[in-house]
Amino acid sequence: MTRNRHLQVFLLIAVIIATQLATMLTDTQHYLTQLTMSGYYALVIIGLCLLIGYAGQISLGHAGFFAIGGYTSAFLTTYDLSPVRDKAFIVLLSRMGLLVSTEDLYGGQVLHLHPWAAFLIAIICTIIIAYAVGGPVLKLKGHYLAMATLGFGTIVYKVVLGTEGLGAADGISDVPGFTLLPGSEVSGKLSQRITNYYIAWGLVIFGMVLLLNLVHSRVGRALRSIHGAEDAANAMGINTGRYKLNMFVISAVFAAIGGVFLTHYNGGIGPSEASIMKSVRYVAIVAVGGMANLWGALVMGSVLNFLSLRGYFGSYDDAVFGVILIIIMLFTPEGLLRRDLFSDIREVFGTGKDRGERA
Amino acid sequence: MNIELFLQYLVAGVTYGTIYAIVAIGFNIIYNTTGIINFAQGEFVMLGGMTAVTLHAFLPLPAAILSAVIITMIVGAMIEITFIRWLASPSVLRMIIITIGISILLREIALHVWGAGVKALPYFTGTAVSSISIGDVHISPQVLWVVGVSSVMVICLNLFFSYTQPGRKMRACSTNRTAARLCGINTKNMVTLSFVLSAGIGALAGCVVSPITYIQYDGGTALAIKGFTVAILGGLGNSMAAVAAGLILGILESFSIWVMPTAFKDVISISILLLILFVRPSGLFGSKEAAQLKEF
Repeated sequence: MTRNRHLQVFLLIAVIIATQLATMLTDTQHYLTQLTMSGYYALVIIGLCLLIGYAGQISLGHAGFFAIGGYTSAFLTTYDLSPVRDKAFIVLLSRMGLLVSTEDLYGGQVLHLHPWAAFLIAIICTIIIAYAVGGPVLKLKGHYLAMATLGFGTIVYKVVLGTEGLGAADGISDVPGFTLLPGSEVSGKLSQRITNYYIAWGLVIFGMVLLLNLVHSRVGRALRSIHGAEDAANAMGINTGRYKLNMFVISAVFAAIGGVFLTHYNGGIGPSEASIMKSVRYVAIVAVGGMANLWGALVMGSVLNFLSLRGYFGSYDDAVFGVILIIIMLFTPEGLLRRDLFSDIREVFGTGKDRGERA
Repeated sequence: MNIELFLQYLVAGVTYGTIYAIVAIGFNIIYNTTGIINFAQGEFVMLGGMTAVTLHAFLPLPAAILSAVIITMIVGAMIEITFIRWLASPSVLRMIIITIGISILLREIALHVWGAGVKALPYFTGTAVSSISIGDVHISPQVLWVVGVSSVMVICLNLFFSYTQPGRKMRACSTNRTAARLCGINTKNMVTLSFVLSAGIGALAGCVVSPITYIQYDGGTALAIKGFTVAILGGLGNSMAAVAAGLILGILESFSIWVMPTAFKDVISISILLLILFVRPSGLFGSKEAAQLKEF
């Protein structure tokens, strides 16, 4: 099984490199922009897949965490600190090398937080909020859980939409690039297009390896027992509440990381990233991917987002995801690309011998 | 603050509260017969208002409203028959996702049919500026229409559930579905009827309120969340408590404008929702024991 998993990851790496080479050979390098963006969205989706598919908890507010990550980072890296540069705290920050000074359009000096510091603060904020929200919310079940997470998502949306400091309906723009290492920065610059593609998908690979190991560990088995029968799992001595909460926080952090990087890549973020429709879209993609199937979520997450970003669905963008949700839930409530799909097909053709090996 | 302003806010709160209560009653009717929450409830309100606006171009106002309500009822029946009737004991998660999908679909259809602009019916009596003065408080006649129509609707629903054959059958279904079926009640038809009813009252509410609040293709979601808040506040399944809870939420929201900018009005009501869910999920008027037995 472990070898199988290694093989899958190597296959993913091969596909990623092959895609980049293919765009180079066919002279369609402009696709890389959307491929990079769908990589960040895929990060949100595999995190959500862990929560919905493995821990069995629905969240209709994950766009909220995406926005918390993105907005925190965008705000901190664009907020001009130079009027208060003499304050002790700011001096301390600049001694620690956490501030960068740039020139604005008119040649004035602008002082703002270093993207790395902003990134860390964004992640810490997300973890705190996810624990604070997840604690009470995950005690709820069914309709109440769905409505509570939907409520959380709506609050984040309304707050970013109504706060002047966060740009209200326009969002925050002119977010500087995020220099990871000297020479490679997360930004929309044309010269950095290939680098950015690999940064995004490198993160996805890293996330996938992390999550695959997680679901095949003791934690993963505990999660599956929670999904199967929560009361029985509780009776067996599994602290179901703690597991659910931790998975909620992990998936929130995945969403926030996606949010931070995409914000730097796009150079801005708007309130639509926090909208309910985005959250519903993430859930729809997890459903198509087969609920408890990280690979399915990854494939569907990158393909559907890529098609949507390229504008293939036209003005029916949201409708497409609505129809997908309904059809999947009506006909295959376990999800489309579910784990047993291939063995089911094999069984039909009389070669279903490896069914027992499946973990 | 002076007393006139206070009363003015109160009237605004009651107007909105009434609408929330109607949406909450729509939730409750479907929840009682099926045990599911219909996330597309807010879209019925939007659909009713939009259809009435379109029909008003050809028909006089009362006829346009009546036809809009009937059309929305048919849509409600069609939704139930196409998506829900044939599912054998679906899980809660599945039903949540399906009804969310339906709400997206209705919204997108509305966007393509009516566009993204706001629409409204004309004021039923008088104009936007006419008002009835009671003391120093000025009330738009439309507010009286909203409160009046909603009250009549609640009374009629009560009579329907207490004294008519289908109403009693629906109550039987909500008490015990299996027992109702054993007594010869066609429970599937009752579920369809519950969708028709809640689509109808939602549409009527959408028509009366549209001159004041205007309607837009995506207005349903916010209404659904508030209606759900009210339904929970009153105790899920309890329609009469929903009326009281609706008024409470409407008034709270209306007075919240004092302390916070208008943009955060929705944040208040959703925070109340979360608070109630965390602290007292059985609602203000519901019993804790009964809540534990319900399937969420």
